[in-house]
Amino acid sequence: MSFLQVTNLSARIKGSDHRLLRGVSLTVEAGEVRGLVGESGAGKSMIGKAILGILPRAIEITGGSILLNGTELLTLSPAERRRLIGASTALIPQDPLTALNPSRRIGPQITDRLVDILGWSRSAADARATELLDEVQITDPTRVLRAYPHELSGGMRQRILIASAFAAEPKLIIADEPTTALDVTVQKQILKLIATMQARHGTALLFVTHDLGVVAKVCQKISVLYGGLVVEDTTAEAYFTGPAHAYSRALLAATPKYTNPEASLLPIPDAVIAAVQADVDAYDRRVP
Amino acid sequence: MQLLRAILQRLLTTAITLIGVAVIVFVVVRVVPGNPIAMMLPPGATDEDIARLTAQYGLDKTIPEQFLIWARGVLHGDFGTSITARQPVLDLVLGRLPATLELSLMALVIAVILGGIAALTGTRKRDTLTEAGIDITNGMALSIPDFLWGLLLILAFGVLVPIFHISGRVTPSLELPFTTDFYLVESLVRLRFDLWLDIVSHMFLPALALAIPLAAIIGQLLKQSLKETMHLDYVTLARTKGYGENHVILREALPNAILPTLTLVGVQFTFLIGGTVIIERLFSYEGLGNMAIDAVINRDLPLIQGIVILFAVIFTAVNLVVDLLYAVLNPRLRHG
Ligand SMILES: Nc1ncnc2c1ncn2[C@@H]1O[C@H](COP(=O)(O)OP(=O)(O)OP(=O)(O)O)[C@@H](O)[C@H]1O
Ligand SMILES: [Mg+2]
Repeated sequence: MSFLQVTNLSARIKGSDHRLLRGVSLTVEAGEVRGLVGESGAGKSMIGKAILGILPRAIEITGGSILLNGTELLTLSPAERRRLIGASTALIPQDPLTALNPSRRIGPQITDRLVDILGWSRSAADARATELLDEVQITDPTRVLRAYPHELSGGMRQRILIASAFAAEPKLIIADEPTTALDVTVQKQILKLIATMQARHGTALLFVTHDLGVVAKVCQKISVLYGGLVVEDTTAEAYFTGPAHAYSRALLAATPKYTNPEASLLPIPDAVIAAVQADVDAYDRRVP
Repeated sequence: MQLLRAILQRLLTTAITLIGVAVIVFVVVRVVPGNPIAMMLPPGATDEDIARLTAQYGLDKTIPEQFLIWARGVLHGDFGTSITARQPVLDLVLGRLPATLELSLMALVIAVILGGIAALTGTRKRDTLTEAGIDITNGMALSIPDFLWGLLLILAFGVLVPIFHISGRVTPSLELPFTTDFYLVESLVRLRFDLWLDIVSHMFLPALALAIPLAAIIGQLLKQSLKETMHLDYVTLARTKGYGENHVILREALPNAILPTLTLVGVQFTFLIGGTVIIERLFSYEGLGNMAIDAVINRDLPLIQGIVILFAVIFTAVNLVVDLLYAVLNPRLRHG
């Protein structure tokens, strides 16, 4: 059984018929990396938030199921769900500048989950934090652990957030565009770091990104999302040799060299958009 | 080094401010009509008597001359002699200061507690009827000034349901073993809880009257900034770690949300101290404010000057404390 199994997940803005997720299904096997791609507004972050239980209050889940290691998340009590999420998953957020609390030192922001949620001793958690900073190639862990976020660069902070995500040896990590907010030069290092850490720890990873170059480098599976609808779910290999859906093909064509970040800004042909929008409309007719 | 310069700069501006206040008060109390000497003498006093006393208090000299004499005295710790009480102004003022300080601080504590509870509850229950209720209560608290709250509280808890004292600082018949004028503090230190209760029961209503508007301001502003902070990424990240709402509000959001409130509380607290003047009068509370009103009625020029200067010193001190607190609470400034 898959470690994460999302089935037919739908969500909309509360009190309206504005759909954000249209029957999304995807799986992430233990130790596997799945890329979640699609243009801005497709609902990629919504899926991650729905899994982690951090959807904005204005958004409600209207159907479907999220199984984490066989446990249905959507029917758990909020407290049980929080505990399970805290103990077995982690988030690598998009913007390292806003994801660390400016008034707290770095050390406790890495160790708090270990101590408060998982019941580690403080000394064990501190030792673990030092070890992790070593692992994400921060050279002076003692200073950094005592520092406040504003004393560190964006790249450093993202390394810290990665360390923090791996701290409790989660079984699943959701990375929501973890390199988008960084300098181009730093992006590659951070991506490589995430890939290395993932491989070493054998963590399942749901990798949300715009960048097909990233997908080519780190993912084994790919889900393509448009308008909250999964238009393609395939292996990376199959995707890059010849995706089935016209929209996926257009995405790929817009990225001739996987490494060229500007290429993803190329427009998708209108005909393709019309085709994929027709899929969305068909779904809306089928599912009232 | 940088810190030292900042402190020196601060002391310099403070000194200039105080001198400015002194000059203004000095001039204003002398140009408004009303002769303090004539007012203190019995109706049958002769012009000679008046002239003699006027000279004795130095009031026959020009205003600049008087100011220089007064300023020289102040530099030696002599603020002159009260015309009505015939005692050194400094002794009178310092004797009343503790009563006003205790009252203001009690009001501040009440305001922070009430406002804090309102803000935290409102954030916890945001977008519900509870939050709407808190907003409405805050609005009502703000639309009535402190002295009217004082009157309402006197009617409600002094007359209708008389559970608190509404006049004075302590029941006059009680034996007070105190060596300082900090009754509230000293009664606690001496473990005289009977006296402490009596004092609190006298202070509570005036303190509450002063506190209500400030509590509403704290509640409103802190709730606003808490709610904004609750959307930030680090709060969301904390939720994914397994933390619940209460923890997230108190440990992740509050320390950051409190900073803008703190600055405002500093300013508002000086207004609150200003409010003691009328509130003390209303509750016949023997503090500086009550004394200030008597001093003005009697045209007791040296006493008025002393009180105003003292208020100015207190206000400056409050602002200084707020700035220091801000620096302590904000890591960005601490290391900046
Ligand atoms: N708080 C919110 N309230 C209402 N609608 C929202 C809210 N947040 C996002 N949405 C809407 O949900 C849809 C999906 O947003 P989502 O953030 O998942 O997109 P995304 O695929 O992650 O895009 P991006 O690549 O820009 O991050 C968008 O149409 C967005 O407008
Ligand atoms: Mg997103």
